[in-house]
Amino acid sequence: MQTTATGDRSKIFTRRAAFLGGAKLFLGLTLAARMYYLQVIQADRYRMLADENRISIRLLPPPRGPIFDRYGTPLAVNEQNFRALVVAELSPDMNLTLDALSQIMPVSDHDRSRILREVKRHRKFVPVAVRENLTWDEMAQIQVNAPDLPGVVIDEGLTRYYPYRNHGAHLLGYVSSVSEEDLTGDPLLELPGFRIGKAGIERVYDMDLRGKGGASKLVVDALGRVQEEHEREEGLPGASVTLSIDMRLQKMAAERLGEESGSVVVLDIHTGEVLAMVSSPAYDPNAFNRGLNSAEWNDLATNLRAPLINKPLAGQYAPGSTFKPATALAALESGIVRPDFSVFCPGYYELGNNRFHCWKEEGHGHVDMVRGLQQSCDVYFYEISRRIGIDRIAEMAKRLGIGQEVGIDLPGERPGLMPSKKWKKDVLKQSWQQGETLIAGIGQGYVLSTPLQLAVMTARIANGGFAVTPHLTREVGGAPPKVAKTDFPSLGISRTSLDIIHRGMNAVVNEPGGTALRSQLLYNGMTMAGKTGTAQVRRITKAERDAGLPKTEERPWEERDNALFIAFAPVSAPRYAISVVVEHGGSGSGVAAPVARDIMREVLRLAPPVSSAGAGHVKGRDG
Amino acid sequence: MSVLRQHHTPTALDLRHRRVSIREKLWQVSWSLVLLICAVGGIGILMLYSAANGDMEPWAGRQMTRFAMGIGLMIAVAVIDIRLWMRWAYVIYMVALALLIAVEIKGTIGMGAQRWIDLHYFFIQPSEVMKIGLVLALARFFHGAALEEVTQPSFLIPPVLMVLAPAALVIKQPDLGTALILLMVGTVIFFMAGVKLWKFIVVGVLGIAAIPIGWQFLHDYQKNRVLTFIDPERDPLGAGYHILQSKIAMGSGGVFGRGYMQGSQSHLNFLPEKQTDFIFTMLTEELGMVGGVAVLGLYALIIAYGFFIANRSRNHFGRLVALGVNTTFFLYVFVNAAMVMGLLPVVGIPLPLISYGGTALLTLMMGFGLLMSVHVHRDQQIGRRGSYDD
Repeated sequence: MQTTATGDRSKIFTRRAAFLGGAKLFLGLTLAARMYYLQVIQADRYRMLADENRISIRLLPPPRGPIFDRYGTPLAVNEQNFRALVVAELSPDMNLTLDALSQIMPVSDHDRSRILREVKRHRKFVPVAVRENLTWDEMAQIQVNAPDLPGVVIDEGLTRYYPYRNHGAHLLGYVSSVSEEDLTGDPLLELPGFRIGKAGIERVYDMDLRGKGGASKLVVDALGRVQEEHEREEGLPGASVTLSIDMRLQKMAAERLGEESGSVVVLDIHTGEVLAMVSSPAYDPNAFNRGLNSAEWNDLATNLRAPLINKPLAGQYAPGSTFKPATALAALESGIVRPDFSVFCPGYYELGNNRFHCWKEEGHGHVDMVRGLQQSCDVYFYEISRRIGIDRIAEMAKRLGIGQEVGIDLPGERPGLMPSKKWKKDVLKQSWQQGETLIAGIGQGYVLSTPLQLAVMTARIANGGFAVTPHLTREVGGAPPKVAKTDFPSLGISRTSLDIIHRGMNAVVNEPGGTALRSQLLYNGMTMAGKTGTAQVRRITKAERDAGLPKTEERPWEERDNALFIAFAPVSAPRYAISVVVEHGGSGSGVAAPVARDIMREVLRLAPPVSSAGAGHVKGRDG
Repeated sequence: MSVLRQHHTPTALDLRHRRVSIREKLWQVSWSLVLLICAVGGIGILMLYSAANGDMEPWAGRQMTRFAMGIGLMIAVAVIDIRLWMRWAYVIYMVALALLIAVEIKGTIGMGAQRWIDLHYFFIQPSEVMKIGLVLALARFFHGAALEEVTQPSFLIPPVLMVLAPAALVIKQPDLGTALILLMVGTVIFFMAGVKLWKFIVVGVLGIAAIPIGWQFLHDYQKNRVLTFIDPERDPLGAGYHILQSKIAMGSGGVFGRGYMQGSQSHLNFLPEKQTDFIFTMLTEELGMVGGVAVLGLYALIIAYGFFIANRSRNHFGRLVALGVNTTFFLYVFVNAAMVMGLLPVVGIPLPLISYGGTALLTLMMGFGLLMSVHVHRDQQIGRRGSYDD
């Protein structure tokens, strides 16, 4: 009985064991099939996913292109910058490490709380910046004290550096951190610490200077910790930009202006190249790259002399008497006034019930056009302005470049203003008064021009009436930029009219009685022709005039007249034009003209014009 | 029966009738099975060496020591008389049950669950002891039962309770994976003991019907695991992350693998728990499908060996113990491999002989020891109550 039962039991057991074995075999084959699916059929897909996991791409910022002056002097370069970083996982106690570090260099409480905050926010192997731009001394100290500074590492990067600092700040502009509105989707812009051009040439040619970012493919672990570099794709360094500026001249001009608030523009009258363009006072663009603190920023922003404004482009001034060549040209070209037309100046001019004063109270006596320019006789220009009317003056001034943007390759240019009857009707909804023509004819009233416009006007008069436009850039990445025109159309001004203006401007500087005789220039047989300007910044009331005008020095700085001077040289074969504006300088002849003379002498010394080059152009017009 | 009889050798016949020396028993140990176990264990140590980026520390070295101890334990268990194990079966079961209750009352928290008990000198995991205890206890119960008794439902109440009590305690720890393995091993022993098939069907249908009720008792993380298993993309950085990374690792290994110690998923720590639950993934990432199938092949040989031993045993207790141990082993391999391949939810079951871990290895070796004991005493006749002879 029991044996039978035992036999049945083992029979059932054997049968069921076979079934169980079959089930286990089936399940085992399921595993193999699953492996086949994952490792053979889907292998490529999972291989790709594994690589995506493993490889993390880091952008390599390209070195920014350098900026040179016309002779290859570097104006903006990349300097090695050493930063101190802390890595939390290497430092047993961050506070102790920072304490030790503060023995070597200042670590403010503000810095400390920022560092501790960032350390907390990031994974513990991510380095956090303590300070940028370490000095050699600080670096050496950190190296020597390394055992006491666990977790402190020195990192090397490139930072923009402007070796000429203030000189050329307004030209070059500066680079600064990327702000929210700068983001264009270029991943480079999202790199921490990446800088882009925010002003000047740095901004205009930012895309060229920036270059193309490279990429480093890094093997990372699940926490994002870098294990090794897998592949590296080098980027393209930024293109270099060569300016037409001569930095020696730029520096000299800036130093000559000194503490004055003002502008100097020096142009090549044939090519339109800007040799120097100074805005004074200036700022140090390196400070912008580093980041200004609020006190520094306030100093710059509230300074009465407006260091942040690029005055040659954005400063709009009444041109005063420097405008008279334009009025004179308009009169000559109109055919209404002949060069020998003469006016008697008793020191004032009466129009209806109004009396318009000449700057010389005792009067100039009889003056013709050349003498009128030479002595800057206001009465002469009141008379010819009245005869030709505002619209002819405005038309000529615009042809010469006044009252509109002249189109230089820098941002921030302001248009100035050249009034006309139509302008007054359209904008002020008033009809034009004849007295306003007189005032406009001597470059006062509504007329506003920038120093650059004055330089362009001078260049167009000097080059025989060609519509030269200014530009700053000679080469971008080895090729001439679009703005560098070489062929300028004629403005259609007759040579004889221009000769009269040249004679008048020559007389201003080189003939007895000229307003700038004291600023006569003679360098290697070359002379300069020019025109002074002293522009009121506020209207002089009759009461004040009756009481006797106070001397410049007795007036507060901001009420003093602006001093202006325009000039070209050499007189025999013009090549260079200059405009100088000294805000509240007092007088064009006394302040602006000497500055212009000294700078022009430097221009002629540094780049003596090849006589045939300049002369040939003018000769062509003669024939 | 007749088939088995033909295999009788003179030595085996001797064994049936007299007490044999330890030396003779050692001779009877199936050394080819020991060799297979060592081969798999060796692969495990190699993988642990790789998991530590080519270092014996912290896993491979320790695992080696434990493995050597485990082999010793296995041989020791193998030579102990099978009847002794049968006599002590209920005691071992009761001790394991008491430990499970103790750990429920005052356990040490480990890995988010109360699974360990601190015995001052070492920690033990009562659920591991229960795996052996349950197999022994059920085998003893059915050994003493006639086939007619087994067909009576009322007779089955004690063994059902024997399965359900520890399973419930283990679920409460909470360790769903181990509880399910206990239930499945229990079921297999019932099946092998000759319980009628319709009873399994009835229980199965009732079990499926009870799933919605059981769902309420699951912990959130357990629910999450099941939900994530159903839809792995549900939470790719949370609960689904492990299984997704595991599939990526395995799939990227391809046919021949990325090379020993070259698995990027494992070595860059995208793969979680690579030294324990996910070691099979690392193996297949580095050694490819070829390596994975080879290891599964070795497991299959061990399992086949288990079937051979079970069928060869002339006593019912031995047969049931052999298949119980064998099934536990199979379930561990299958559940772990299926889990890392994304075929089953993540339940925290190690890969036997390869995963790093002490208690599990010792239980496993004890199980293999019992299997070998069955083999050594294959011709031993055992009475219904464990007497030495009929």
